[in-house]
Amino acid sequence: MTILESRPVVARPEGGSLIEQFELGLDAPICLTWELTYACNLECAHCLSSSGKRDPRELSTEQCKAVIDELQRMQVFYVNIGGGEPTIRPDFWELLDYAVSHDVGVKFSTNGVRLNPERARFLASTDYVDVQISLDGATPEVNDYVRGPGSYDTAITALKNLQDAGFKDAKISVVCTRQNIGQLDEFKAIADQYGATLRLTRLRPSGRGADVWDELHPLPEQQRELYDWLMANGEKVLTGDSFFHLSAFGEADGGGALPGLNLCGAGRVVCLIDPIGDVYACPFAIHDNFLAGNILADGGFENVWQMSELFNDLRAPQTSGACTKCAFFDACRGGCMAAKFFTGLPLDGPDPECVQGYGETALASGDRVLPAQGKDHSKANPTRNQPVMLTLTRREDVQAPPVSACAENPLAGFTL
Amino acid sequence: MSETTAMLDEAWDLSPAVALRPEPFGAMAYHFGNRKLTFLKRMPLVEVVRALADQPDVRSTLQTVGVPEAHWPGYVAALQGLAATDMIRPRVTSQANTVQKGVA
Repeated sequence: MTILESRPVVARPEGGSLIEQFELGLDAPICLTWELTYACNLECAHCLSSSGKRDPRELSTEQCKAVIDELQRMQVFYVNIGGGEPTIRPDFWELLDYAVSHDVGVKFSTNGVRLNPERARFLASTDYVDVQISLDGATPEVNDYVRGPGSYDTAITALKNLQDAGFKDAKISVVCTRQNIGQLDEFKAIADQYGATLRLTRLRPSGRGADVWDELHPLPEQQRELYDWLMANGEKVLTGDSFFHLSAFGEADGGGALPGLNLCGAGRVVCLIDPIGDVYACPFAIHDNFLAGNILADGGFENVWQMSELFNDLRAPQTSGACTKCAFFDACRGGCMAAKFFTGLPLDGPDPECVQGYGETALASGDRVLPAQGKDHSKANPTRNQPVMLTLTRREDVQAPPVSACAENPLAGFTL
Repeated sequence: MSETTAMLDEAWDLSPAVALRPEPFGAMAYHFGNRKLTFLKRMPLVEVVRALADQPDVRSTLQTVGVPEAHWPGYVAALQGLAATDMIRPRVTSQANTVQKGVA
């Protein structure tokens, strides 16, 4: 984490594609993610930021307002607020108001816990605020398996409250997993029912996500299913441009690419401000290796964005190793930096979920070392909201209900 | 009369709901009303968009900025693209209103 004395001058092509310009970085992010607190009422198994407990160093209300002032000066027109669960910060609604009245639009992600009818009516009365409800299963069984008991009902109640209040076009944000890829049509139906827009994003092995990635990440054939579904429904479904690794299912020349920005925007067009003011390259990379600086210690957000050595490195031409020889490199551009890093793969190697199969080979090679996760704000002791990732099934070796020993069939347990 | 020629004689302004953010290669345009985001990929186009309001029509804007006449069709096409998302809009003056009513 180093802040440079002067900003490097980068030679830029005149004209050129937007992707080429974006790779060299922008003067300010297009939008950024701002996590307001590490505190959360839930304990989702795959939480990207290992949230649970508040950090005592979290920014104060006044410090948050200073961040908003700076975003307004930098003309950052949109911020994605998340956490933790941002709405459990007592000053959340005050900050929301402050941002909107300072030309910084807000989309906030929530599990819905505080979206009662009164709050829903308040949100419906605002302009320039988007609400994104997290839902990782189209049924309680699939959702609560990773997000914890009762979380499906909380999300649906919030959606209903928003709809009843007349809030238009809420977003339903789904992290695509092995357990829910088969429910894409059902998710779409839920979105339609509540007048909402579906948003699908990729599961990354970040935060607690690293612990469950092996069990939750989509299987290769499910990736194909997801790609086909997005190609058929893509115009009406948001993706946060997170599935660019799937574009390699298309033509090598980029035909069949998914709509949106097919590049890693980390430190170039997006970044993360965490609850204590640390700035990371992307929301999925809370780790010292991707820490650019701190807005309190390093002279404000603009200074970190423009002068951090890490961000300037990310904006320099990247070496993509063996991937550059792949015919599909222009389609996926090497995939997701965070997914590679947290599965112990080299950053100039293939994405662990490379659809051409190079990721599986790399994962199987055996000489990778998983990095320690960054900050962990998980609760020290489990609460009643902790998901229990167990499924009740029958033991396959038991053929009949248990009986007393004397009534035991002499052939019990004997199978041919 | 082609669409290109027609626009050259019209008066246009940057939409009041739009903010232009300078970027190393041009500018990012953001519309607070429809929340559309557009990138202007060339500096002269940014200058043209900024200068529209001070000029009586698109033709004199292009001349002031110094865009060679051979490039005008490309610039007019770019302006039409911006008009489609309300980034720029026809200037409304009492005189223009009269003319438009006359056309209608």
